[in-house]
Amino acid sequence: MTTTRTAPEATRPSLVRLTVVEARKLVDTRAGRWLLITIGLVTAAVVVLQLVYAPDAEQTFANFFLPSLLPVALLLPVLGILSITSEWSQRTALTTFALVPRRERVIAAKLLALVAAALVSLLTSLAVAAVGTLIAEATGGAGGWRIGGTLLLHTAVFQVANVLLGAGFGLLLLHTPLAIVTYLVLPTAWSIVGELVRPLRRTAEWLDTGRTMEPLFTAEMTAGQWGRLAVSLLVWLVVPLLAGLARTMRREVA
Amino acid sequence: MIEVAQLTKRYGRHTAVADVSFRCEPGTVTGFLGPNGAGKSTTMRMICGLTPPTAGSATITGQPYRQLPNPGRTVGVLLDASAQHAGRTGREVLTVAAATMGVHQRMVGEALDRVGLNAVAAKRRVRAYSLGMRQRLGLAHALLGDPRVLVLDEPANGLDPEGIFWMRGLLRDFADRGGTVLLSSHLLREVEAVADRLVVIGGGRIVSQGDKDELLAGGGTLVRARDRAALRGALQRAGLPVSDGTEGLLVHADSEAVGLAAATAGIALTELRPAGAGGLEQLFLTLTAEANGSRPAAANISLPTEEAVR
Repeated sequence: MTTTRTAPEATRPSLVRLTVVEARKLVDTRAGRWLLITIGLVTAAVVVLQLVYAPDAEQTFANFFLPSLLPVALLLPVLGILSITSEWSQRTALTTFALVPRRERVIAAKLLALVAAALVSLLTSLAVAAVGTLIAEATGGAGGWRIGGTLLLHTAVFQVANVLLGAGFGLLLLHTPLAIVTYLVLPTAWSIVGELVRPLRRTAEWLDTGRTMEPLFTAEMTAGQWGRLAVSLLVWLVVPLLAGLARTMRREVA
Repeated sequence: MIEVAQLTKRYGRHTAVADVSFRCEPGTVTGFLGPNGAGKSTTMRMICGLTPPTAGSATITGQPYRQLPNPGRTVGVLLDASAQHAGRTGREVLTVAAATMGVHQRMVGEALDRVGLNAVAAKRRVRAYSLGMRQRLGLAHALLGDPRVLVLDEPANGLDPEGIFWMRGLLRDFADRGGTVLLSSHLLREVEAVADRLVVIGGGRIVSQGDKDELLAGGGTLVRARDRAALRGALQRAGLPVSDGTEGLLVHADSEAVGLAAATAGIALTELRPAGAGGLEQLFLTLTAEANGSRPAAANISLPTEEAVR
């Protein structure tokens, strides 16, 4: 109602702006902040444990870096799930979608913010591993900074896939405990069944993300391994994301 | 301006909102009245593009809500003050909204001042807020984008009398400067003081709408006689819709028709006057009773639908 309008009202918020907002929403609650702090602390703890217990000869940058990814890979999906489901459990979807009625833009911004968070976690792992290596070199460990560029790329794929796997489950189920439990239980159950039931073993090679993502920890990946990874991520990541997007677009916000 | 045309929402076989149409003009406050469960919130969610309507449409400043490029700059929405992340501070809630709308962060402080949330309150998490504080925060959120239209669902809920008085002044001022306000309530008294127009909804249908003054004046006639039963019989024989009021019989007809009917039957009246707000209140009470599933106090009441709906 005042005469000074700060920005033209007819401008749709850009995807960049929405992504910055969603990134902010990852850290501006106590729950989100503690999740990120936990991720950082766990990364540091893994490196410390190796400094104490790993044989000197194995205390290299790559050996600090790779194991530190695993606990983070367990927490990133939770971040992905929470960023989606908290809108519904905390009922903020009411204001979020009132401000941005094109819901697909909000979801896109959330996914971009999550990818950014996964990459930041990777940088944290690299930084902590670097500190670990410096300490190892000073305390008689082997040290050594060799790490392949392709390996870095693979680990980036690994963490981004993990956070998006969580987002897909969150988007599909739109319910925090249900999404977290399903995310943790379903792939494990699938692995067990794949092991036990002989005829399923070949299918599991293609669909068990636990197995298809394993080669990402090596510097060399064959076309076959990429293919299996792609198929498993199509089933566990792309399909839930698309189905969840369709559900979110239609769902009544109350 | 808000324009609602034949909005309908069905959930399976249950019809929550049926064929609801009304307009809210710039410079006016429209009170959207109805008992709990009458369809107010569903209608408002449909206006704001949060619930897809089964049929009908709603536009704000001529556009469907979902097609507004940056809705927060056109329409301020407060549908549920409790729908905020409990772990965010009040200031953070507004900061996030301001960033989304592209509003300068300076406006966050101004909005907080405007609704009377001080620096201490703004730093606290929403979890620690009383319902009244959440309503104030929600109102700040709605005003943040400097909109021309406000859509508020039960904004007075949880406010103390001083807060309700303050909010009335704020909404009146907003409308007087050319803004459009739609606010809902389940209490007639609450909106009576601020609204220019009233839209009354019951069981998903609009039962009455029009200028507040006309509606309150058009509340029928209050009539009393020593022999209440005889009077009622006489009025019914004359074909006048009659119901039991708290003070006497309420008749949806003018004083002349009532007086004539009584005279014809030879009944001496002890009182005969326009019912004033009592008529609307009676209508409202009946709606509330029906919504609660109990038999209305006056089963034979006829709702002044046809006459009042324009």
